[in-house]
Amino acid sequence: MAERQIPERLSPLEPVFHPGSHGNFEHGVDVILTETRPGSILQLAAWPGEEKRLIEAIRKVTGLALPDGAGGGVADGAKAVFGFAPGKFTVADAAEGLAAAFAKVVTPAIGTVTDLSHGRTAIRIAGPKAEWVLAKFFAIDFALPAFPIGAGRSTTHHDVFAQIQRTGADQFDIYVFRSFARSFWKALCHASDEVGYEVQ
Amino acid sequence: MLITCPYCGPRDVIEFTYQGDGNRERPQPNSQDLDAWNAYVYDRLNPAGDHNEIWQHSGGCRTHLRMVRNTLTHEISSTGFARGDHNAAARHKAGGKS
Repeated sequence: MAERQIPERLSPLEPVFHPGSHGNFEHGVDVILTETRPGSILQLAAWPGEEKRLIEAIRKVTGLALPDGAGGGVADGAKAVFGFAPGKFTVADAAEGLAAAFAKVVTPAIGTVTDLSHGRTAIRIAGPKAEWVLAKFFAIDFALPAFPIGAGRSTTHHDVFAQIQRTGADQFDIYVFRSFARSFWKALCHASDEVGYEVQ
Repeated sequence: MLITCPYCGPRDVIEFTYQGDGNRERPQPNSQDLDAWNAYVYDRLNPAGDHNEIWQHSGGCRTHLRMVRNTLTHEISSTGFARGDHNAAARHKAGGKS
């Protein structure tokens, strides 16, 4: 019997992913675009009334303590979690296998675990003009007091869903549908043209 | 026009979808009362003023919202989650699972 091969992970951005500096970068690069390629991206949902138990399960599995409040979140570099709807959370981890870990803890009485690792693409935009570029895409307030570090927002760009987590003072991770990721990436590159951007 | 989602905060109206009149009361699924079904499907208050409405934040957190919108001024005087109101409770009861 033939040995099973582990499938190679391919990026949907590959044909349009060109590392290097682009656009109007003569005066410096104001935005850095990267694909973070987390090994696991999950959506967790609690049944009504089970939210606290789900938050406790997230703490148990990831070690991340979710802050109170709508859209609250936290990221530690390797793992990230944020609320994107009442009782619903997105969790990402650089390592694979997060779904299996959650499946043991999030019992059917608490809620559901949906593995979106292959269904979403995570794009990071960082730099002094990141807020400014994103403000061209999304009609939400990107200022630090309104959108604190760790917090998540769910919104749309031209009817394409995007979940955005602020992972630094001038850094945002954007989760988009994998099938729309290339188009979104190209739009993001065009929007970053005028400030000068680097793809890493 | 901005609508303040109770979860997401103020967002552009383009993120929201109108889900219909919030005054309707759905008859029990096995109801034979044709007048009640007729009223549920067709009768609308159509007020010039405050109107109870169901909306969905379809381009955001995707929750269903109960809102009061003034049909003359578009002023939205209240928004809240549709879940937990008396209609949601009735739906659970009708389903017989909770």
